[in-house]
Amino acid sequence: MKLFTYERADSAQAAATDAAAAGAKFIAGGTNLLDLMKLQVETPTKLVDISRLPLDKIEERDDGGLTIGALVPNSDLAADARVIERYEVLSRALLAGASGQLRNKASTGGNLLQRTRCYYFYDTATACNKREPGSGCSAIGGFNRILAVLGTSEHCIATHPSDMAVAMRALDATIVTQKADGDRRRIAIGDFYRLPGDTPHIENVLEAGELITGVELPAPVEAARHLYRKVRDRASYAFALVSVAGVVAMDGDTVKSASLAFGGLGPMPWRNPAVEAAIVGKPVTTASFEAAADALLADARGYGSNDFKIPLARRTLIASLRELTGTN
Amino acid sequence: MHFTINGQRHEADVDLRTSLLDLCREHLGLTGSKKGCDHGQCGACTMLVNGRRINACLSLAVMHQDDEIVTIEGLGQVGNLHPLQDAFVRHDGYQCGYCTPGQICSAVGMLDEQKKGWPSYVSESLTDSELTDAEISERMSGNICRCAAYPNIVDAIREVAGKGDRQPVLEAAKEIGA
Ligand SMILES: Cc1cc2nc3c(=O)[nH]c(=O)nc-3n(C[C@H](O)[C@H](O)[C@H](O)COP(=O)(O)OP(=O)(O)OC[C@H]3O[C@@H](n4cnc5c(N)ncnc54)[C@H](O)[C@@H]3O)c2cc1C
Ligand code: SF4
Ligand code: FES
Ligand code: FES
Repeated sequence: MKLFTYERADSAQAAATDAAAAGAKFIAGGTNLLDLMKLQVETPTKLVDISRLPLDKIEERDDGGLTIGALVPNSDLAADARVIERYEVLSRALLAGASGQLRNKASTGGNLLQRTRCYYFYDTATACNKREPGSGCSAIGGFNRILAVLGTSEHCIATHPSDMAVAMRALDATIVTQKADGDRRRIAIGDFYRLPGDTPHIENVLEAGELITGVELPAPVEAARHLYRKVRDRASYAFALVSVAGVVAMDGDTVKSASLAFGGLGPMPWRNPAVEAAIVGKPVTTASFEAAADALLADARGYGSNDFKIPLARRTLIASLRELTGTN
Repeated sequence: MHFTINGQRHEADVDLRTSLLDLCREHLGLTGSKKGCDHGQCGACTMLVNGRRINACLSLAVMHQDDEIVTIEGLGQVGNLHPLQDAFVRHDGYQCGYCTPGQICSAVGMLDEQKKGWPSYVSESLTDSELTDAEISERMSGNICRCAAYPNIVDAIREVAGKGDRQPVLEAAKEIGA
């Protein structure tokens, strides 16, 4: 690990100002950042410890939604009675991630910003555009079983590994930030992450020093079924190969509303309105489920060892839709 | 830097890069907690911080100066074992013993989480979950045992949780969808 200086921030504003310096990083739970620092994949020269900031509450919003503080640990969020009652998909997604120990430390903000698990990103002896811009991508033509089939570029095919963020995308969450200059922003989760293009090292729209202070969830959809289905190599404590977060409301046999997001497939928690359009307002049929999968995978492209994700995503989506619409 | 570990106050002058695990093992002579992977993947380093189980390898010592830290040494000692330590001995909940301190600290944290009503990935109902064998396995999945002493680890934990006898294996497998 490279040397760094350390400061414990005493307010959100002070943290944002401190972290605006070149080479500075926030540290919350540290479960992703320290992992990467040990391997010198991340080499911050200054750590701004935000873990004691008072951003650890889950609060009611006037519209019936919730505001989740950026430092609420994943385990507390998963077990919160309001989250379980109104946003079961979020609770289920959190419980599908990491381990009990890690969830006790992992924060809401840190989880959104966790970095890819691409093997080459972790291996500093190999070329990786995300780690070292311009060095090339070892995963294209290499071992890419766990990597993306949607939203990739010739420069990077990494996936975003979070489970929580997939549920938040299905729930239309908004990310609230505090900037170094004192301004605050509200960013829809759909506008938060960036596609890799030719700059895969830039993963989101945050500016230097911009602190996530919380995540807002809008009022829940009434009378909806929630599901988080995660397919992985072992039954627990493994990242998703494919995952589906879904919130579906029915009107008799017709799909009244649907919100579907996907993990393990793309460089960000993936959502495509065409998938939902294929089933909303229509009666439940195998054909409409197939059409939803066609819409999801129309532009999918495998890179060899991850080709299997395309049929796996199709089957996982269809099985999820059966469960969500009660047509098992 | 100052630390409170197993109820005792410690002063240590350590490099900022020191993990909580290395602080205990390399600087304070508390070698009960083990280092398996140093990357959050095995659970051998599990400690209780303010009553909650965490991976001490993925945490900086400097960030824990105002916390109450408990390691395996603080749970019990020879002649005065914690009920889980005692149950692990009687059920042979280990072979080489390397993962055991982490397993036991993790189990203490896990049983507390379960008492608070926290659900798990395998809980059918998120508001009302019984501590079945499948639940114990899922909740303990952050602790890897290279010797695969899992059945006896589950036996020891089940006994301390007061949950009776081992579930038939097939029934438990069905519950997790295997
Ligand atoms: C073995 C292992 C298995 C795992 N399995 C899973 C899994 O199955 N599913 C899953 O979803 N996750 C998994 N994880 C990842 C885990 O969820 C993340 O490590 C965790 O959520 C990161 O949160 P943190 O608070 O520890 O972040 P940190 O490590 O503290 O920070 C991560 C990044 O976010 C930045 N940051 C943190 N907070 C803020 C903020 N408020 N504002 C701006 N920037 C901020 C930091 O600067 C850093 O760049 C696993 C991790 C490990 C080690
Ligand atoms: S896929 Fe992205 S993260 Fe992986 S090697 Fe290529 S550039 Fe690096
Ligand atoms: S040593 Fe900490 S999890 Fe393996
Ligand atoms: S007893 Fe040997 S690793 Fe668990």
